[in-house]
Amino acid sequence: MINQLSWKVGGQQGEGIESTGEIFSIALNRLGYYLYGYRHFSSRIKGGHTNNKIRVSTTQVRSISDDLDILVAFDQETIDVNYKELHENGVIMADTKFDPKKPEDTQASLYAVPFTEIATELGTSLMKNMVAIGATSAVLDLDIKVFEEVVQEIFGRKGQQVVDKNMEAIQAGYDHMKEKLGEKVGAMQLDKADGQKRLFMIGNDAIALGAMAGGCRFMAAYPITPASEIMEYLIKKLPAVGGTVIQTEDEIAAVTMAIGANYGGVRALTASAGPGLSLKMEAIGLSGITETPLVIVDTQRGGPSTGLPTKQEQSDLMAMIYGTHGEIPKIVMAPSTVQEAFYDTAEAFNLAEEYQCPVIVLTDLQLSLGKQTVEPLEFDKVEIRRGKLQSGDLPEIENKGYFKRYEVTEDGVSPRVIPGMKNGIHHVTGVEHEETGKPSESAANRIAQMDKRMRKIENIKFNNPVHKNAPHEEADLLIVGFNSTRGAIEEAMGRLEQDGIKVNHAQVRLIHPFPVDEILPLVQSAKKVAIIENNATGQLANILKMNVGSHGKINKILKYDGNPFLPHEIHTKCKELF
Amino acid sequence: MATFKDFRNNVKPNWCPGCGDFSVQAAMQRAAANVGLEPENLAVVSGIGCSGRISGYINSYGFHGIHGRSLPIAQGVKMANRDLTVIASGGDGDGFAIGMGHTIHAIRRNIDITYIVMDNQIYGLTKGQTSPRSAAGFKTKSTPQGSIEQAISPMEMALTAGATFVAQSFSTDLKDLTALIEAGIKHKGFSLINVFSPCVTYNKVNTYDWFKENLTKLSDVEGYDPSSRELAMQTLMKHDGLVTGLIYQNTERKSYQEMINGYSETPLANADLTLDQEYFDKLTAEFV
Repeated sequence: MINQLSWKVGGQQGEGIESTGEIFSIALNRLGYYLYGYRHFSSRIKGGHTNNKIRVSTTQVRSISDDLDILVAFDQETIDVNYKELHENGVIMADTKFDPKKPEDTQASLYAVPFTEIATELGTSLMKNMVAIGATSAVLDLDIKVFEEVVQEIFGRKGQQVVDKNMEAIQAGYDHMKEKLGEKVGAMQLDKADGQKRLFMIGNDAIALGAMAGGCRFMAAYPITPASEIMEYLIKKLPAVGGTVIQTEDEIAAVTMAIGANYGGVRALTASAGPGLSLKMEAIGLSGITETPLVIVDTQRGGPSTGLPTKQEQSDLMAMIYGTHGEIPKIVMAPSTVQEAFYDTAEAFNLAEEYQCPVIVLTDLQLSLGKQTVEPLEFDKVEIRRGKLQSGDLPEIENKGYFKRYEVTEDGVSPRVIPGMKNGIHHVTGVEHEETGKPSESAANRIAQMDKRMRKIENIKFNNPVHKNAPHEEADLLIVGFNSTRGAIEEAMGRLEQDGIKVNHAQVRLIHPFPVDEILPLVQSAKKVAIIENNATGQLANILKMNVGSHGKINKILKYDGNPFLPHEIHTKCKELF
Repeated sequence: MATFKDFRNNVKPNWCPGCGDFSVQAAMQRAAANVGLEPENLAVVSGIGCSGRISGYINSYGFHGIHGRSLPIAQGVKMANRDLTVIASGGDGDGFAIGMGHTIHAIRRNIDITYIVMDNQIYGLTKGQTSPRSAAGFKTKSTPQGSIEQAISPMEMALTAGATFVAQSFSTDLKDLTALIEAGIKHKGFSLINVFSPCVTYNKVNTYDWFKENLTKLSDVEGYDPSSRELAMQTLMKHDGLVTGLIYQNTERKSYQEMINGYSETPLANADLTLDQEYFDKLTAEFV
């Protein structure tokens, strides 16, 4: 019996690789296993190698695994590209159709299975994926009944006959492979799962759901990988609560429309990836100087320019903190799990209204698109707080005086009104302005307004700005990361502890303003610090140096080849520090 | 009920004496009063440029944004609060150069706002460079040999983009302009009003006298019918775009808001932000 399994299916893009992984995953998730799926795909619709790697475990996993147990291949390229991940008892199941060849330097076993042939005999070659799922079930000695429900849900609309045919295909794959395996049936039998029904979702689902729960009722966005799922989800679900999504003509329209909508009084969102964020920068400054709430999601991918549009990277960090010309208050949050993505997105709308500034929810491709098992999302933990938004009757202002929308206050936050409110008329402009919003170039006013704006986020209230797992008062090593590296770091940490190295872990959740008070003691109590990040220059490491010093202690462990960190890579690189 | 004086504030415009924009401002104030608005129910969103300052000169909610983006901001405001009257405004550089993408798409999207362009065929605030509305051969600081690019024909362009309300006016025709803005506000959908608003400082070609000489009033064109898109296009081409009046109106097409699936009939700005626990549970159940 094994307590976790790593399974990968690969082939040409557009031949159903994704849905094969989906059906397999949903069924296992419903049995109570924890899953983590990561897709390797290209920026094209048909053709090109794609694969879906799925990790199944009896405990929570948040990283792709170092190695591979089972590889299902629909073409030779899948074998050639992926076989090195297989361990010596690994199994390759490949379609006989392409006469699969096993590379010489692997101990894994190759089984040629007539996926396409069996499927064609049953009616259509499209069902070859179902045959593969059946064959996998034989290796795992899994009762194929577990797939009935999912197959019914997916194909039910097409009629019972289609459902039955697909189940037959799974059965046929199972029978064929069972015979081939002989005694080896169930060679990789998984421990029984707890049967709990948990959520199975990608980070972008959680972000969209978090936006709904956080009161977002309007979104303006332009399609881009890996952010589009957010708008696609919200356009389906917002109408039920009266809201909607507009697909705009470009990224600038998306962000400025969101600014207009927030100014108009609705909680509005825009989401994009690096190229889109680059285009939104001027408008982010507008939100900053006009103190208009704004929530933006940045799903990081490989940059610069078009870069690696379907690959993992974390290189937008500096741009998100400093991006826009001039100086504005801004909040940048970086959830590291799907749950955090949900809570943080909801909270972003509160912070945007409380501090009247742009709030960026930073994720990365691995977190945004990695599909995983998630513990229940607690709706009652989501609050709605609207800061100094005025309600009710406002006092009359004489002589057509304007409402002091930019009143200089102690905490820097001014009372906010929205269009339509009587006695609330004021001016809003991206030009420097005085308390009523009228343009002003006075030096004293400039200082007063700039100080007021920057003061707003000095004492920002943010629960758990750092996810800490710090069992040691004095540690040999502090590992710091942000966004999706959390899972791989946690696994590496366990292995390092087994090696006798005392490790503390900090995953930075509030990137800006940087939570110095939380991080500094951890840095001070560690002999060495390793910053794990998917970029080439060590952006988080540099931010850390800037904020907490300790230059001599800080080591950068970087990966920027487009792929997520694997636990063993972090483990090895950290060990090399000693 | 508010009068046009209620839409005046105590800010003195920084436009040059004689600038056409003064009249556009007056027409907007009169139109707002004539359609029965209260100052707090009007939001004027403007771009960057001399004319972009207009949102600060009217006693209403005003948003002076960034160059070329008055339209997406204005559409966002309208989406947030469908009960507000939203007017976007700016110059020809703002709307037909840097913001042209938004102009075309706002036209075809047909959200119920009014867009007033103060067209002076020159960049004024940056002190005299060519604009996409400058005629070929027009000499400016950035085109010392004369512009070698073709000028944009915004009215023809609007018609091809699927506009439902297209009008053009001249800043000195205060009465006609006011009536057109009123009609634009009342129109259910996107209304585009291009106003020839002469720059007395940097444009010595397209002057008040030049317009008086060259403009044709559509009311003087025999048999003109603004419900005919074909006639509108023909007439514009015949007069090289130099016509004033209501060029085209389509009253049959519904506005964007009227067509959105599930869009709240009350302003989203007033929406209850708390989701129903039951609805939330329904949403999460889809992920099991």
